[in-house]
Amino acid sequence: MQRLRRTMMFVPGNNPAMMSDAFIYGPDSIMLDLEDSVTMAEKDAARLLVHNALKTIDYGNTEMVVRVNPLNTPYGKKDVEAVVKAGVDVIRMPKTETAEEVQELEAEIQRVETELGCLGRTQIMAAIESTKGIINAYAIATASKRMMGIALGAEDYCANLKTQRTPSGDELLLARETIVVAARAAGIYALDTVYSNLNDMETFRKEVELIKRLGFDGKSIINPRQIEIINEVFTPTEKEIEKAKTIVAAIKEAAAKGSGVIAVNGKMVDKPVVTRAEHTIELALAAGVITKEDL
Amino acid sequence: MEVKKAFAGTLESGDIMIQIEPSDKEGLQINLDSTVAYQFGEQIKKVIVETLKDLGVENAIVTATDKGALDCTIRARVTAAAVRSTGKDVWA
Repeated sequence: MQRLRRTMMFVPGNNPAMMSDAFIYGPDSIMLDLEDSVTMAEKDAARLLVHNALKTIDYGNTEMVVRVNPLNTPYGKKDVEAVVKAGVDVIRMPKTETAEEVQELEAEIQRVETELGCLGRTQIMAAIESTKGIINAYAIATASKRMMGIALGAEDYCANLKTQRTPSGDELLLARETIVVAARAAGIYALDTVYSNLNDMETFRKEVELIKRLGFDGKSIINPRQIEIINEVFTPTEKEIEKAKTIVAAIKEAAAKGSGVIAVNGKMVDKPVVTRAEHTIELALAAGVITKEDL
Repeated sequence: MEVKKAFAGTLESGDIMIQIEPSDKEGLQINLDSTVAYQFGEQIKKVIVETLKDLGVENAIVTATDKGALDCTIRARVTAAAVRSTGKDVWA
């Protein structure tokens, strides 16, 4: 069964109360941040806080991600050492522009994992936040076997594009589609950028519906209030699940009779339709709205 | 190990502020002010002492203002204060 990554919640890496409480709200992933939310004077203290929290706090099945500082800063390599030693699941690399940057991060992870004797444990996700990064999206997505996903960082991207974010998101369409296409071609996850206006949940919902239509697996979030809406949008409805179950059952029956194409309720069902139906069932299983016994 | 005055942490809920300064006496002198001192005072002091000893800090005055920090937060803040105080980092 695939892992759900509908919601990846940002938590500032220098706030112990938020770090210990974050999993209560049930995000699929928690992303402890050592980069933009931590001032330069507190980088050392935040790194220690994140290291100790990861080692000690039981986050259950929540995936633990840490956004480290870029490796070309005085903080990046120490961040990688601290979080790999604490057993982090995924390192999120900010402002990724080239495949070589991913490989440089991989080499750092490998150095620490070799020392620990746990080679291959840590996954990488790359945040793409510039036009150059978008141009190189597929090369980034395939830069390492450790790549778990690529994500859009829209604020820096818009600044680089010399535009601003709008409620419709027209300015992000090319970047979003490029990220989904690159991720799918690489067989990894596609994750969307944050929506930061907590007072406009209506536009937030429209944005979540849009990114689901585009093919994203989930979205970075900045507040637990955003989780429910994303889960609602990303969890298949009862009607969708029933339709998917009918299709999968029908194609199995047809395959047993030696046929690859069938009609369900008067509509042609071939491989792409079955693939979509299987994906719906996988999502429903992962979200816990059905069990294997229901199939 | 020689120490100079340094601090780490905040006074926000769930955090602890640690100040380390040189002492002319032998050993660690811990001054703790905690919202949960009655229930957890001894445990907090134990974590502070263990962490400092692991880092080789044997003689210092430590002033801790606790706002209900977990043990992992106490360890992190004490380590950060000690690293700033001694100039000796814990990472390669």
